[in-house]
Amino acid sequence: MDKGGAAPRPNPQTKGDFPINHHASHFKRGILDGCPIALGYFAVAFTLGIAAKNAGFSALQAMIESLTNNASAGEYAVFSLAAAGAGYIEVAIMTLVANARYLLMSCSLSQKLAPGTSLPHRLLLAFDVTDEIFGISIAYPGRLDPWYTYGAMAISIPGWALGTFLGVIVGNALPLRLVSALSVGLYGMFLAIIMPPAKENKIVRALVLISFALSFCASSWPLLSGISPGVKTIALTVLISLGAAILFPVDPEKEEAHQP
Amino acid sequence: MKNIWLYIFVSAGVSYLIRSTPLVLIRREIQNKTLRSFLYYVPYVTLSVMTFPAIIQATQSPIAGFLALATGAYLAWKGRSLFLVAVACCLVVFVAELFLI
Repeated sequence: MDKGGAAPRPNPQTKGDFPINHHASHFKRGILDGCPIALGYFAVAFTLGIAAKNAGFSALQAMIESLTNNASAGEYAVFSLAAAGAGYIEVAIMTLVANARYLLMSCSLSQKLAPGTSLPHRLLLAFDVTDEIFGISIAYPGRLDPWYTYGAMAISIPGWALGTFLGVIVGNALPLRLVSALSVGLYGMFLAIIMPPAKENKIVRALVLISFALSFCASSWPLLSGISPGVKTIALTVLISLGAAILFPVDPEKEEAHQP
Repeated sequence: MKNIWLYIFVSAGVSYLIRSTPLVLIRREIQNKTLRSFLYYVPYVTLSVMTFPAIIQATQSPIAGFLALATGAYLAWKGRSLFLVAVACCLVVFVAELFLI
């Protein structure tokens, strides 16, 4: 997982509460740690832009989708559903399923904040809980100063939005060979998210393989061909995850160690 | 064709509610073990379901997609960064399709 470089060193003067004059330095530190994230986002968002273009989104629409969603898998799901002319409820359910991990991350992040953190801070932080921003925020020593996360957001959100925008504009001007190559960037990113926990946890490893197998069956089995890809993804996710949760409940102590 | 702005509105609203609700409401950890476990497994299962077989259907040649899957899985297994894994998958497909197409 890309943690965006070294975690900031703890400052004994600022631990626990954060005097206003320290917010600026935390913000700058966040920008620095956010730089590699922004670069990665730019490349991945570019491939998302191609998917958006195929779904009939304009560059502006795709950029706004990226600015307001900040979610690779979720946005990809929206674009593929839009391409299939899916209903709005289907899009809402699929967004919920594809982004369900952010629910967990937000739960975890709420424990990282000082108890007195104000509502506006909580609402702003909620805007960009992603795998990477969550990762560096959790890696921050002690309680999280929201300004550190804002710094990372300030650089990575434009990278994400601009990448999507250019993906739509330049995507179709690119040779087919290049588009074909770029279109797997997103799946590469998904692999980067699922493989590290699969290596450490044999249940997750088995689930990845079972998911691959069942997803393959569902897409090739003629009886299921009439069902939309979105519904298949929701059904398989709920079926496999619920089965695993009942058969192999997670030990809360272990769970923390596997947080992306 | 449905209204794209409505798709954006719906997905943005759901995405934000997912992230803001726990941060605003939940001040304590979820205690229900099955629910915790379910939420823990969901991201990995849903990303896996979306990755395969889609990765071999996205490329011009399914073999190139397979090679990207193998390379990406290997590098991610080795703990390489998100950026490197994504770029490596793209490169593998590009080079493979020079020979395959």
